[in-house]
Amino acid sequence: MGRKLKFNIFRYNPLDSNSVPHTDTFHLEETDSMTLFIALTRIREEQDPSLQFDFCCRAGICGSCAMVINGRPDLACKTLTKELPTEITLMPLPVFKLIGDLSVDTGTWFRAMNEKVGSWIHTDKTMDPNVEEERMDNSLAEEIYELERCVECGCCVASCGTANMREDFIGAVALNRIARFMLDPRDQRKEREYFEVIGTDEGIFGCMGLLACEDVCPKDLPLQDQLGILRRKMGWSAVKHLFRFG
Amino acid sequence: METEFSDLLCIGAGLAGERVAVEAASNGFKAICLSLVPPRRSHSSAAQGGMQASLGNCAMGDGDSPDIHFEDTVKGSDWGCDQEVARLFVETAPTAVREMALWGIPWNRVVPGKSTYFKGGKQYEKVEAKEKEGLITARSFGGTAKWRTCYTSDGTGHTLLYTMDNRVVELGVKVHDRMEAISLIHDGETCMGAVVRDLKTGKLKAYLAKATLIATGGYGRIYRETTNAVINEGSGAIIALDTGIVPIGNPEAIQFHPTGIVPTHILVTEGCRGDGGTLLDVNENRFMPEYEPEKAELASRDVVSRWMTHHIRKGLGVKGHYGDHLWLDIRHLGAQHIKTKLREVEEICNNFLGIDPITQLIPVRPAQHYTMAGVRTDKDGAAYGLKGLFAAGEAACWDLHGLNRLGGNSLAETIVAGKIIGEKIAGFLKGYDVTFDTGIIKGCVVRELERIERLVSCKDGHEDVYKIRNAMQDELMDRVGIFRNGNDLQKAVDNLQEIYVRAKKVGIRSNWLGASPELALAIKIQGMVRLALCVAYGALQRTESRGCHAREDYDARNDKDWLNRTLATWDEGNTLPTLEYEPVSKVMEIPPGSRGYGASKIISQDGEVTGA
Repeated sequence: MGRKLKFNIFRYNPLDSNSVPHTDTFHLEETDSMTLFIALTRIREEQDPSLQFDFCCRAGICGSCAMVINGRPDLACKTLTKELPTEITLMPLPVFKLIGDLSVDTGTWFRAMNEKVGSWIHTDKTMDPNVEEERMDNSLAEEIYELERCVECGCCVASCGTANMREDFIGAVALNRIARFMLDPRDQRKEREYFEVIGTDEGIFGCMGLLACEDVCPKDLPLQDQLGILRRKMGWSAVKHLFRFG
Repeated sequence: METEFSDLLCIGAGLAGERVAVEAASNGFKAICLSLVPPRRSHSSAAQGGMQASLGNCAMGDGDSPDIHFEDTVKGSDWGCDQEVARLFVETAPTAVREMALWGIPWNRVVPGKSTYFKGGKQYEKVEAKEKEGLITARSFGGTAKWRTCYTSDGTGHTLLYTMDNRVVELGVKVHDRMEAISLIHDGETCMGAVVRDLKTGKLKAYLAKATLIATGGYGRIYRETTNAVINEGSGAIIALDTGIVPIGNPEAIQFHPTGIVPTHILVTEGCRGDGGTLLDVNENRFMPEYEPEKAELASRDVVSRWMTHHIRKGLGVKGHYGDHLWLDIRHLGAQHIKTKLREVEEICNNFLGIDPITQLIPVRPAQHYTMAGVRTDKDGAAYGLKGLFAAGEAACWDLHGLNRLGGNSLAETIVAGKIIGEKIAGFLKGYDVTFDTGIIKGCVVRELERIERLVSCKDGHEDVYKIRNAMQDELMDRVGIFRNGNDLQKAVDNLQEIYVRAKKVGIRSNWLGASPELALAIKIQGMVRLALCVAYGALQRTESRGCHAREDYDARNDKDWLNRTLATWDEGNTLPTLEYEPVSKVMEIPPGSRGYGASKIISQDGEVTGA
């Protein structure tokens, strides 16, 4: 016999004028290797087919299923119920617009973020199919990959003190993205151009250093290090800027 | 009715859909992508291993060429592929990989000097050349003569998808996410776009376009056990089949993977077995050597999957809450090996099973993995039957894979086909004009509104959509799985026809305002059962064994009668698809022969039996 689990789940359907935000309670008996993916799918299919939540890969790769699990943002698919107490409270991620119940609109937020930071290789080079690829040191490729592992789940944004207070803060995810492109010699942007994107209170100087982002990142990205490095670089860049143009 | 206009509508924003959109946008056309999820969450991201391209930079890939890649692909397909397409693909793959490097992929690179690698549980040494330092390297994958699979650590699909979507953002291509196309708008000759349901609000919208692309990936979720993401329910194939004109190519061509973890069927890499992992049954007895004395666990994917299923059927599986399974044992490889060479496996076990593979057994069983099947297109990616309709990637039957796909060729197909078909679509759009007939558009939209109204008012009945889906999945898993035979297939076809009748009586049981996940499934359930019937009926009719299609009652590959491709269409009002057949390839660069691995009984085109 498995444990009896009690789920308290936030419910609200903004498209239904009769709906008000509230909590619904569901009960399930725990089974072997039960994850929140297994549990929520069962609740929807066996108890309440209107329950909204987001899973896609259910393997910790795609970043769809971030939610607040007993007070902490995490990916639901890689959360085993046996690591939680018998009472489990699930809330949608804050900061992002609510679609319904546990489902939030991360797509719109991240597209805007990617546009804002210019999340692509800025280059004037074009493809010549007859020429071999530009060489790169393997260790540099691995360093870039280390930062590229971000899955845009939104946990760092939802847990961020600044992002919860000011809508225009770009968040650790965006700063990490900039750090990724600064590492990449294929991106021809100058330091000053990166500075224009992140050298403000909306960017690196808005960070209060609470570092919940580092604590909750399901991919264990080195966010604390990247924020520190960027802050230092941007500080120097600002000083140089003053002397050059002051 | 809200309406959007574009030159190109890409249904699906995974790697294939976005690559096509990028090509169209680069040629000055307006492209819009639709996606069930934010585009970076597409299932392309889950392809961790890599993509094949014959760059030949690494030591073990030395001397590689498109010709060798071509031969591997044709053999892999068991001569079921279109060889013109395979040729086009292998010639373009190296350029496509280099182009992705220019756009930002951190491909792993050649590191000169000595290093070691594992093969069949043994350690070997190789030496990388100094003059190749820093060029794109490759790893080994099953069924290839050379190391040809380009990769970025354990996240190749992820980096490709992020880089492709970066390019989409750079070019300003709009991706409308949480949008599901529920029918194509067409007049029987020309496709004009799609009727789309907004998965945030539940509202319908018409998307009108000169060219429409289906790039919705595979349809693994019609099976009960699959490695596919939950969104892979075949919505693209469903709307194509729904036209009654556009065929699904080789619907019976479905690939399985031997080691999905139970219960979620996330796959653990073949590297486990490659490095010396073993498979155990309920008595913790290693059973593979009984069936395959020479290769044991190292036999090919399909062979291992088949014996695992056979062993479970003999009653030697481990009983569990989620059904019977077997054990994968890597304990004897030791903590150091597992923590370095099989790190992802350790993470999957810790995160998704809560077990430690260094001291505990891993519950596994075979699961559906890939659909070679798809919307049948010509070599330009143009769908059969409707002008202005195209398909690419796993959603399409282009047909690169025939009856079996090689590892690393699927990820490569997404961007290579995307590039080639994108160019063809750009060519098609130049100077092409179409009149959007408002009567036809209105008719299509009204039909969908009425369909939804019937569902939410339970006009046709009160069947529970989840029960119907489960019944369909059980039929496919139990009778149209890895081993197939006439009796089971006939039974599956009969039962699925009954399930199809029930699917027409589905009614919504919950509050359907807004996104309504129940309604989203109910809208496609009939289409899913139709697809399931195409798979089962196609498999029943194909009385031979080729690639992944393994008939116990017809164990030979029969080139005399079955060197052809199934084309399944659906006539409204029927409970079975109409099947027609076409030759596999106009051009046969390599005539049918032996693959050199797997089952080898062949009935030649002259009727001669070999390898019996």
